[in-house]
Amino acid sequence: MANVAIEAAAARPAYGSMSKDRRWALRWSYFFLVLFAIFFLMPPIYMLITSLKTSQEISAAGNPWWIYNPTLANYIELLTQNHYLTFFRNSAIVSVCVVAITMLISVIAAFALARMKFWGSATLATGVFLTYLIPETLLFIPLFKMFAWVNETFDIQLMNHWWTLIILYPTLTVPFATWIMIGYFASIPKELDEAALIDGATWMQTLTKIFIPVALPGIIAATIFTFTVSWAQFLYPLAFTTSTTELVLPVGIITTLIKGDVFNWGQIMTGALLGAAPPLIIYAFLMDYYIAGLTAGATKG
Amino acid sequence: MAQVTLRKIVKKYDEVLAVRGIDLDIVDKEFIVLVGPSGCGKSTTLRMIAGLEEISGGDIAIGGHVVNDVPPKDRDIAMVFQNYALYPHMNVYENMSFGLKLKKTPKDEIDRRVKQAAQILDITELLDRKPKQLSGGQRQRVAMGRAIVRDPKVFLFDEPLSNLDAKLRVQMRTEIKKVHQKVRTTTVYVTHDQIEAMTLADRVVVMNAGLIEQVGTPNDLYHSPATKFVAGFIGSPAMNFIPCQLEQAAGGLNLRLADKLSFPVPADRTARYASHVGKGNLVLGLRPEHIAETRPHTEPNQHDFDMVIDVVEPMGMETMVYFTIGAAEICGRVNPNAGAVATQSMKLRADLSNMHLIDDGTGKVL
Repeated sequence: MANVAIEAAAARPAYGSMSKDRRWALRWSYFFLVLFAIFFLMPPIYMLITSLKTSQEISAAGNPWWIYNPTLANYIELLTQNHYLTFFRNSAIVSVCVVAITMLISVIAAFALARMKFWGSATLATGVFLTYLIPETLLFIPLFKMFAWVNETFDIQLMNHWWTLIILYPTLTVPFATWIMIGYFASIPKELDEAALIDGATWMQTLTKIFIPVALPGIIAATIFTFTVSWAQFLYPLAFTTSTTELVLPVGIITTLIKGDVFNWGQIMTGALLGAAPPLIIYAFLMDYYIAGLTAGATKG
Repeated sequence: MAQVTLRKIVKKYDEVLAVRGIDLDIVDKEFIVLVGPSGCGKSTTLRMIAGLEEISGGDIAIGGHVVNDVPPKDRDIAMVFQNYALYPHMNVYENMSFGLKLKKTPKDEIDRRVKQAAQILDITELLDRKPKQLSGGQRQRVAMGRAIVRDPKVFLFDEPLSNLDAKLRVQMRTEIKKVHQKVRTTTVYVTHDQIEAMTLADRVVVMNAGLIEQVGTPNDLYHSPATKFVAGFIGSPAMNFIPCQLEQAAGGLNLRLADKLSFPVPADRTARYASHVGKGNLVLGLRPEHIAETRPHTEPNQHDFDMVIDVVEPMGMETMVYFTIGAAEICGRVNPNAGAVATQSMKLRADLSNMHLIDDGTGKVL
């Protein structure tokens, strides 16, 4: 009976206020989606267009959205004559190492904080999140002091090395990744680890054989976050590295391609475009998992 | 041999006593059901046997060995949870074999046991499915399969049927009983559903407020409850409780329910009840099936009385009639053809040979 009624209503859409509402909602959502897409795609398209122009054409007063003499000179020059590949390599090694270190620490920390109820675990979990709220701009001066102390005490120079960033970035990424993972692990039913416990699993086996596979979307979300943060980090490398060979991408592009007041726009845009590629590629591959990670926990099961 | 013994078990959460010192002997191969209202401590007791909760006092022994400080995996138990707790990323086979794999059981032995358990539970064709591809009943079977393959000394069930719909629950209840008849493992089963308790158990343990009210076979509990709580908890519809007075009469004792309503106490009980004559706080407990329509021939201890019926509920094979005596609402079970009509008077018959006299002060059945 109910089915018949619904079908009858669907056959007369002119009277169905539901479908009318829906149509308007769809129109509005498309309108805003297109608006946002244009707004956010403009910069990368402008980067792409500029990277294919010669310096003369960039500074000429023509239509900035049209390429009259397309050229790959910017790409060839950037990849052969500059330190660009060094920056890229530094960035890649730093980011991969930071992701590895962060995930190793935060998955284990989150498991302990979410599941092993020990004295002060709740306070510690809140503390982890508060750490994340402290801006990096406040941290780099104390970090300078610490590095100076390390240099005096152990005679180890931490300044001006790209690998120092591997130690630095986790201060930003570990708290947030841990926080994500705590939330994710907390959404796993308690009975699951109890079942594992009765099945004879140790804490470590429960983590590796049950929690990590079940929380994989969350782990991937945290991984993407960590990679993006360390790939795009600007302030710390600017403050702690100075030699050209020690620079990572964001700082490298700025310091080597802007000479005094001369902006090498073509190469800057090329460098930025190529530099934005790796996170994009990772997103594209892990998109499905990432979205699952963002929505999981909203519904049980 | 896997008897389970609880001695003066206490569980304290901060300052709250969840379990207040219970003693229980579960014999080998027995099916024990812990039943009681929510918060009575039954689940806590089960979790203490499993080792998932530390005990605050007392001793738990499994197979003669005290296991107070033995971790769950070394207690040789298997547990089935209310929400199944299947590992979502593993298929049925992996779910069932996980425990054996951790124990480094040889592969062919694992395979043999999983196949055998799957056959018992009729889930052989589901072995390579993931939990999310299974229905509620199938998941419950897998959860039981995971318990069976480990061939433990004791099965622990924590309200395993609560998440199933009514029809499936009845079906799985029979299923669980069948499985127990096949594998004969000592079983402790927790439920809040007294019908589940009655149908499954060799012996039922009724718990209330952290204490055991009574332990007995389902028939024991039904026919000779020790306390008012057990009398009211076991049986559906619940036993009627009618405030009453005990009076000395010519031929023995008289049970007065209202000004114009009194019944003679069965002769075999006069000695037992004699000391309570004239005391307050007495309650007559009488099950609905012992209040029926009148019949032509009389039998001993059966007495007719007239009542105006408030509500009539036909159930098919029988009809429930509701009426009031004083402030107490009373339920009777009459024949569908007895002609019960709401708001009209009806001649009913009370069978006092199955009565219970309860001291409402202590809650004890006298």
